[in-house]
Amino acid sequence: MTTLTEAPLNDADGLLPSKKKSSGGGLGTYILVRFFLIIPTIFILVTMVFFLMRVIGDPITAAQGGRLPPEALAQRIHDAGYDRPILVQYLEYVGQVATGNFGTTITDRRPVVEMIITFGTATLELAINALIVALLVGIPLGLISAYKRDKAPDAVLRFFAILCYATPVFFAGLLMKLAFSVWLGWLPVAGRASTRTELAMGSLAAPTGIYWLDALRSGNMAAYGDVAAHSVLPALTLGLLTAGVFLRLVRTNVIGTLGKDYVEAGRSRGVSNYRLVTKHAYKPALIPIITVMGLQIALLLGGAVLTESTFEWKGLGYQLVQYLNARDFVAVQGIVVMLAVIVAVTNFIVDVVAALIDPRVRY
Amino acid sequence: MNATKVSGRKQPLFYRLPVISHFRSSVGLQRGMLVTGMVLAAVFLLVAVFAPWIAPYGFAQLSDAAGPFPTQQPPTPAHIWGTTVGGYDVYSRVLWGAQTAAVVIIVAVAMSIFLGVALGLVSGYFGGWLDRVFVVIADAIYAFPSLLLAIVMSIVISHGQSSFWGGIVACSISISVVFVPQYFRVIRAETIRLKAEPYVESAKVVGASSIRIMGRHIFKNATRTLPLIFTLNASEAILTLAGLGFLGFGIEPTSAAEWGYDLNKAIADASSGIWWTGVYPGTAIVLTVLGLTLVGESINDLNDPRLRGRKKAVAGKGGPDSTAGAQTALEAESRVL
Repeated sequence: MTTLTEAPLNDADGLLPSKKKSSGGGLGTYILVRFFLIIPTIFILVTMVFFLMRVIGDPITAAQGGRLPPEALAQRIHDAGYDRPILVQYLEYVGQVATGNFGTTITDRRPVVEMIITFGTATLELAINALIVALLVGIPLGLISAYKRDKAPDAVLRFFAILCYATPVFFAGLLMKLAFSVWLGWLPVAGRASTRTELAMGSLAAPTGIYWLDALRSGNMAAYGDVAAHSVLPALTLGLLTAGVFLRLVRTNVIGTLGKDYVEAGRSRGVSNYRLVTKHAYKPALIPIITVMGLQIALLLGGAVLTESTFEWKGLGYQLVQYLNARDFVAVQGIVVMLAVIVAVTNFIVDVVAALIDPRVRY
Repeated sequence: MNATKVSGRKQPLFYRLPVISHFRSSVGLQRGMLVTGMVLAAVFLLVAVFAPWIAPYGFAQLSDAAGPFPTQQPPTPAHIWGTTVGGYDVYSRVLWGAQTAAVVIIVAVAMSIFLGVALGLVSGYFGGWLDRVFVVIADAIYAFPSLLLAIVMSIVISHGQSSFWGGIVACSISISVVFVPQYFRVIRAETIRLKAEPYVESAKVVGASSIRIMGRHIFKNATRTLPLIFTLNASEAILTLAGLGFLGFGIEPTSAAEWGYDLNKAIADASSGIWWTGVYPGTAIVLTVLGLTLVGESINDLNDPRLRGRKKAVAGKGGPDSTAGAQTALEAESRVL
């Protein structure tokens, strides 16, 4: 169903090392095998991104071509080693990535890793906020929808879920800006915090870059309110996209579990419908949700690129677009590879969590 | 769709067509969703086809006989949905945008179906190391944020922006790179399942060639879930196209009207309270995606015996293969989820 549950499925086709099969699938072995499955995924993506980016030409010509005289350009290409055979460059890049070195950006000459950490915290903050919104909205509504199956509330909620999916995040963001910032004037239009708050937080000893943490540490309630006000609209925009997914997922799974024998047995013993949904069917239905949450990380990151551009939220996605427009492909390559690693590692963690909760996944 | 196979006596072809058969087996709310979706999708297609005749102005037109168009003008009788910051007529661009979206969907989905089905059949039927390589690559692509992949592809293909057909092809390829693994997975899974069926075995015994078995015996039965994936992918294609356009990696405004691009320009307008440049193209995206998703969603529910409405028993439904179909349908759905 997902790349996560795919691992045991693949096993049926004999894709995993045979030792896993014979061992009977202890948790340790499962985690180990699953961990080694990350490596080919990341490796393939690094390879793909590297060669795709090089189809265009060398990064320096792309970024500076036309701005530098030909001799200076050739000199810089030579210095950076881009005139060597592509395979040599590829092997070197793979070696660098393996040791955590992603090179230096061409436009602003920063180490890519440092740049990713700086902007990554902003994206992390946005993603967490959005995930909270998604869970708070999606799970209760999904339960209601399953509880009132095929009745009016279910119809309305399912329509809402499809609407969440059908609305591009940037359009949802635009509507929210119009409604809450321009017409009602309740919330700021864009950005992560106002300049004054950013200055106040910049004076902290070791800023984490996660604004709500920094604002708390600064002990300045006005700064905290400012950060909170700025994060509402982006979190809602990105969160609703995922909330629709959770709603549908909870609904489908709860309806599925409601048809199980033990639920019927509970019903025959006189357990109320409400209790059946909230106690008996809810928990087993959560397992696929945890699994799909891993897949959502990919959607969330994709959505984050659009949300950040909409709200000028200076995170990885916003920065990615800036670097793309500046044709700085070293930076782009770094961000893309980094996001691929995040997705692969999250999937791994989610798989392990799913295996811990549900023993069936392991076998 | 499944009913006819089980009940033995064939119904006329018309009733066995994907959407029609779904319509006939639907009841109540599900029928409402299916019909709403079909109406929205039909309006979208009609506008796409007839845009040149309906639209009062061209998509890149900046002036008419009465002189140059005003910029950022609220809706007036001459420009019923107002004009953009660049002086384009919003109404005309929204109508022309349907055409761009439709062409991109058709090209992208056709390419992905062709490649994905071919690879899935070969990979599932022959198995071996080729299969493993394909599966690992497909899984890697599948796990990656699709929009990022599309951005990288569009940069590679067109260096960002280009002409109408160049842009359409670049966008379509970028989108199909994301979709091919989906078709590949579904078709491969079905092929592996069907490969073990007695009728495939007997075809082998009779001496049918691999190509014939794949093309005649497996392909026809493995493609049952394609209408579902098609509708779901069509809506995803629109969203990806709009996302690319929004980030500035789509089609140039002078080559074609594209909703995502218009929304990009509208974000700045929104801050100063100009709503008409963003609300109309945005609503167009939402309604189109909504229509296609409603159709896909209904097909999915009707394929899945657990989710199908239970108010009316339909004769011959729930044959032996409907659970397998439901499984693949769910698999396809969870991707969109």
